[in-house]
Amino acid sequence: MNYNPNTQADRRAMLETIGVQSVTELFADVPEKARYPKLNLPRPLSEMEMMAELTRMSDKNADAHHYACFMGAGAYNHFVPSVVGQMQMREEFYTAYTPYQPEVSQGTLQAMFEYQTMMAELTAMDVVNASHYDGATSIAEAALMACNAGRGRRKKVLVSPAVKPNYRAVMRTYFQGTDITVTGDEDPANDLEALKKMLDKDTACLALQTPNFFGELEPVQELADAVHAAGALLVVHVDPHSLGLFTPPGEYGADIVTAEGQALGNALNFGGPYLGIFAASKKYVRKMPGRLVGQTVDTKGRRGFVLTLSTREQHIRREKATSNICTNTGLVALGAAIYLAAMGKQGIRRVAELSYHKAHYAASQIDKLCNGYSLVTDKPFFKEFVIQCPKPVTEINRALLERQIIGGYDLGQRYPNRQNQMLVAVTEMNTRQQIDDFVAALKEVA
Amino acid sequence: MYESLLFEISSPGRTACSLPDLDVPEAELPSEFLRQEAVNLPEISELDLVRHYVRLSQKNYSVDSVFYPLGSCTMKYNPKVNEVAAAMPKFTATHPLQPEETVQGNLQLMYELQEAIKEIAGFADVSLQPAAGAHGEFAGVLIMRAYHLSRGDTQRNNMLIPDSAHGTNPASCAMSGFSVQQIPSDERGNIDLDALRAACNETTVGLMLTNPNTLGLFEENIEEIAKIVHDAGGLIYGDGANLNAMMGVARPGDLGIDVMHFNLHKTFSTPHGGGGPGSGPVGVVEKLRPFQPGPIVAKDGDSYTLKMPEQSIGAVKSFWGNFGVLLRAYTYIRMLGEDGLRLATEDAVLNANYLRVKVGKTCPVKYDRVCMHEFVSMGDIAEGIHTMDIAKRLIDYGFHPPTVYFPLIVHEALMIEPTETESKETLDAFADVLEKIAEEARENPELLHSAPHTTEVSRLDEVVAARKPVLRYKA
Repeated sequence: MNYNPNTQADRRAMLETIGVQSVTELFADVPEKARYPKLNLPRPLSEMEMMAELTRMSDKNADAHHYACFMGAGAYNHFVPSVVGQMQMREEFYTAYTPYQPEVSQGTLQAMFEYQTMMAELTAMDVVNASHYDGATSIAEAALMACNAGRGRRKKVLVSPAVKPNYRAVMRTYFQGTDITVTGDEDPANDLEALKKMLDKDTACLALQTPNFFGELEPVQELADAVHAAGALLVVHVDPHSLGLFTPPGEYGADIVTAEGQALGNALNFGGPYLGIFAASKKYVRKMPGRLVGQTVDTKGRRGFVLTLSTREQHIRREKATSNICTNTGLVALGAAIYLAAMGKQGIRRVAELSYHKAHYAASQIDKLCNGYSLVTDKPFFKEFVIQCPKPVTEINRALLERQIIGGYDLGQRYPNRQNQMLVAVTEMNTRQQIDDFVAALKEVA
Repeated sequence: MYESLLFEISSPGRTACSLPDLDVPEAELPSEFLRQEAVNLPEISELDLVRHYVRLSQKNYSVDSVFYPLGSCTMKYNPKVNEVAAAMPKFTATHPLQPEETVQGNLQLMYELQEAIKEIAGFADVSLQPAAGAHGEFAGVLIMRAYHLSRGDTQRNNMLIPDSAHGTNPASCAMSGFSVQQIPSDERGNIDLDALRAACNETTVGLMLTNPNTLGLFEENIEEIAKIVHDAGGLIYGDGANLNAMMGVARPGDLGIDVMHFNLHKTFSTPHGGGGPGSGPVGVVEKLRPFQPGPIVAKDGDSYTLKMPEQSIGAVKSFWGNFGVLLRAYTYIRMLGEDGLRLATEDAVLNANYLRVKVGKTCPVKYDRVCMHEFVSMGDIAEGIHTMDIAKRLIDYGFHPPTVYFPLIVHEALMIEPTETESKETLDAFADVLEKIAEEARENPELLHSAPHTTEVSRLDEVVAARKPVLRYKA
């Protein structure tokens, strides 16, 4: 198979116009010994064979349509209304590229402007960019931006140990070539009070996550004052669904807000593509990474949208740019925008409430089990909580799989002090029946 | 008339969502954490929402609607089977943290894609984790750094970058803590060898090479370049943006490239999504293998497992890679096979050269020799006419403009990449239109200055947008 329209007659006519005898002549600059290698690839498949092959592969997976899913830890199984996928997959959106020519990209540009607006409303922040790769890269770039905002004089990134371990790992990957240090998370017992005491004149930012990796809402009130008094910025990573119900970070003084936006209208997709949400307060807009869409007027005074403030970006500023990001996750952001518009003011709160109540029901039912299970979480939480299990989580999860249940995340993998602890996620997708079955299964497999 | 914004068509009480009733007892809400005012999101019926997005979409030019010869972006056709494949529920509804035994299909697909990219590009190892070209490039530069440090080579902190390079190259170096030294191009559009020799020393991290370069030219001295850099102890980074000119014709790994990223959304036909998502896997030669970002899928007998390379630079992303994009690229590679991929490259280069000869008559080509998958013309074809005027006038004739004003080393650049999926008739029509525009430029230049005329908005004021940024809607 190929998708080339050229016929042999076309090729002959084109070669003649170019003035060469054969296509191979066009590759004369390739060193002869490297030219036309043999590629050892499987034989090409027809479309029918391809679909059969993909069906065979995907049949080896367990998926959240056929299993009850209680796994979260940074990727969530929330409901995606049909209208989201149908609109997102309009060819005019998904087969276009970066809107470099605004007159023929008003669809993408206006959709991004609306995305920026709705995300700003959700987070109560001033400015939102047109997306990053995912939650991890967003929070890493937020810490980098905080260092740059301090004109590079502040080199310490304080991070809570209750920030998702992966995110902290990605931050360290990002900073390995710089003199920025990531600290504060060495002791898992460091809470926000302890972190506050570690603020000093070298601290660029304090980065936390709420609800944190364990699902708990962090006591963030009055935190911003302490951070700002030390001359640092407050970076807050949120679960966007939680903001349907809980105080948005813009209201308690966050300077930069990041989030994983996958669950806003996009499938789990085995980890990607996801959506890095990135918001900041107005005064740092010129330090922000990523693309921004702005409103303007055309030559006749009509409203239109363009990419703006691009002097921050790599294609203009090269090594002095605020980031190297170019391609982002525009289509996933579009999905999130359609999702937010479909849910609307009431829907976003309703999803958060359903998740909250169902999670609390599941937590209380598990806590009642007694046979070695108990609820570890003792602070207010949103849709995830931690349970102590009577045996290793991997063993329990294997037994749950036989009962068509995908269990929660094994915290012992990353936290030595949390052996046999499971992080359970519950969303509006989990029916009462699923929760009851899950609780009964836990009891059985203990 | 402009399109109303979502907020302007909102009316209290409308909704486009349908959620189930609560089927468990209500729990108490923690009052000290509650949001005081509901989120100010629009309230819209489903039909109004559909009309809004359908109409917005119609304001875009896209590959599925028009010829889109955006240089360096490889806007080839995105086969429909890719989309059907990527929407299969048993792929889309898998959670990245599920036990490995429950996602063997996903892991097998990723493993086979790793193997295919290794074979196509001639590398010892491929990591699929990076999310886009610039992301893979950043990972690649960190791999170079880790390699030098592992050898105790701590003084290497200077990266050499040709003046024709993408802006992401220097930006990725800056994020890795390296300084950047620009290497000029010679009169044939190649890297200036004398300048390269003079720049190479014990502080050299390596050279970031785009081949074919952004002028669409294959580096004629690639072997000599590799020797100069390697002799100085440096590594060669390959920017994979232009791999569409090489499939089945040359393998970067055979040409002395040590580490390279691949843009699956360019070469391997996955859609560009209005700005992303992409996918930027990294390939390396054997000696760089331990430093790869991870995890990477390994095959163990009949089963597949995720493994972190020993001295990995670390994870660069939350999970394992942009799986949905990988799935599309895998489908493309499996359906084309060796011959199909080679033919894609051959036709991409044939189409570019054909268009170079035809367009060159109207808009002169700066380095007029056989090109690869793209070429760079100049748009100042008449008194007072600029590249931007030509770009905007092309819109009136139903074409998406080429990349403009890049690469920076060509004055009034028009960077044109037709790709292999365009027909001779389309290329002829594009060349004819450029000829007509050139005529208009001489006879009625105002027609160009005020273009486009057929779109719902005319040229937009970017200065106002930047001076007084309005980045969100306010009632």
